[in-house]
Amino acid sequence: MPKTAKRPVTRMVQLRYLAHARSGDKGNTANVGLIALEPEYYPILEREVTTARVGRHFRGMVSGVERFELPNLNALNFLLHDALDGGGTISLKTDAQGKVYSTALLRMEIPAPAALARRLARA
Amino acid sequence: MTPVGGRTVRIAAGQGFWGDWLEAPVRQVRGGPIDYLMMDYLAEVTMSIMQKQKSRDPAAGYARDFVPLMERVLPDLVERGVRVTTNAGGVNPRGCAEAVLAVARKLGLPRRVRVGLVSGDDILGRLDELMARGHDLSDMETGRPLSDIRERVLSANAYLGMGPIVEALRGGADVVVTGRVTDTGLTLGPIVHEFGWSADDWDKVAAGTVAGHIIECGAQASGGNLLKGWRSVKGLADPGFPIIEASDDGTFVVTKHAGTGGVVSVASVTEQLVYEMGDPRGYITPDGVADFTTIRLRPAGRNRVRVSGIHGGPRTPMLKVSIAYFWGYKAVGTLVYAWPEAYDKARAADAVLRRRLSDLGLEFDQILTEFVGVNATHGRLSGPPDPDIPEVQLRVGVRAHERAPVERFTREIAPLVLTGPPSVTGFAGGRPAVEEVVAYWPALIDRREIEPHVRVEILEA
Repeated sequence: MPKTAKRPVTRMVQLRYLAHARSGDKGNTANVGLIALEPEYYPILEREVTTARVGRHFRGMVSGVERFELPNLNALNFLLHDALDGGGTISLKTDAQGKVYSTALLRMEIPAPAALARRLARA
Repeated sequence: MTPVGGRTVRIAAGQGFWGDWLEAPVRQVRGGPIDYLMMDYLAEVTMSIMQKQKSRDPAAGYARDFVPLMERVLPDLVERGVRVTTNAGGVNPRGCAEAVLAVARKLGLPRRVRVGLVSGDDILGRLDELMARGHDLSDMETGRPLSDIRERVLSANAYLGMGPIVEALRGGADVVVTGRVTDTGLTLGPIVHEFGWSADDWDKVAAGTVAGHIIECGAQASGGNLLKGWRSVKGLADPGFPIIEASDDGTFVVTKHAGTGGVVSVASVTEQLVYEMGDPRGYITPDGVADFTTIRLRPAGRNRVRVSGIHGGPRTPMLKVSIAYFWGYKAVGTLVYAWPEAYDKARAADAVLRRRLSDLGLEFDQILTEFVGVNATHGRLSGPPDPDIPEVQLRVGVRAHERAPVERFTREIAPLVLTGPPSVTGFAGGRPAVEEVVAYWPALIDRREIEPHVRVEILEA
């Protein structure tokens, strides 16, 4: 029996432990600015919080996702298209202006280095 | 680096939107030294609300809150030499300016107050002429031409930049009242005026624009709505609104008055920087294009953040136009269902309601059901609710171009109390109101069509 099966080097961590966020609206598009809680988390966000993963997270809630990087602010900016039931005054949603899409993104889980995941779990 | 002894200009945010905390401007003026008080009132659909008010009363059409605020602070402003920039003028900047002059006269101040009046952003009366000359003013989001909804347009205003504000300040205005000037122009204008920056010094224009963006939402940059470490933000009962200390080299510090609540930190400033952001490399205003990927933030003492490194590019040939048009009607009805099986009861009530609306043959553009306490804010991401959830609010919204189906919907909520699932309450507010929906239509126009019409007048009390 091979005894060299590697232990997983990553563990899934909810984004709320790695980032904070603020969201707003432009018409029927919501934007979510996702900001690393510590500068050393930013590369993890950049690697793991991909357009595809965010698109899967919000499947059925938005029509498309765009991502922009702001390494100077340790932040990513996401545009979530058609997220607001028409947006502005037309929208019937409680969150017509996308104010809490921010924390909806923080529900997402991403792989983080296992050592970091353990440290966050203890905190 | 700011040279030792280098002069700074202090611009204090007093209001971040129409309806913001009324004590803030007073505290900004009295709480410590500032040079300018910046009061931003206009959101995307505010202009249409003001247009509606003006159609009923020709003297209305501006942020009325602004006038009693001026009555409170004008004596301090005059004594301390603090000047004001505001877009409170809405669709009637002249009415607003005259109301400020009337207040100044009534107060009997030790010297005359000069009000700068900026007009020329309102193009409602020019729409047909502009369209006849080939400006289709199509919706930036959908591409539809304005002709599709022309007869339903209620207001149309081009976004002006800092130019007319600089001109008014140069003309000696103590209070500059504008219509649709950009939020950022209200902060950039005073900085450009004080340092005599050239309007095509793009990096500095970008820096002043970023400063404006940081404080345009008031306390949202100084601890309000701050998610990171929200429990440790103290003193939100008396939050210090943000203040920019700008230097001639294009760098600036974000801070707040000593002794106030809230916090100014790299986190608080960063959250505001990403608010309502699109492509961070191209933050477009009438004054230039700022590159948010060049912004550097560093802590510079207690409640102080230094901002530097900002680059920008030339302004575009187009100005954005904010058009509001009549869309139709909407209404939202709510009922609260109690334990046990609260969520199931609320869902059953929704099914009954929808069946009745359908049996009545009512047609809607949209019927949206949310269950507050279960999924109203995060949709399916919230997962299944606790089966023992103590209560759930059923919230159903409808919209239609016609009034009649929406009106009838509002009469279908209360009957559910006696004819639907049990354990229901929370209908004391009576029948939901039918609201008129005024929608937003963003467009672009060649700035050469607008700029020759912009006027700056200096009025004296």
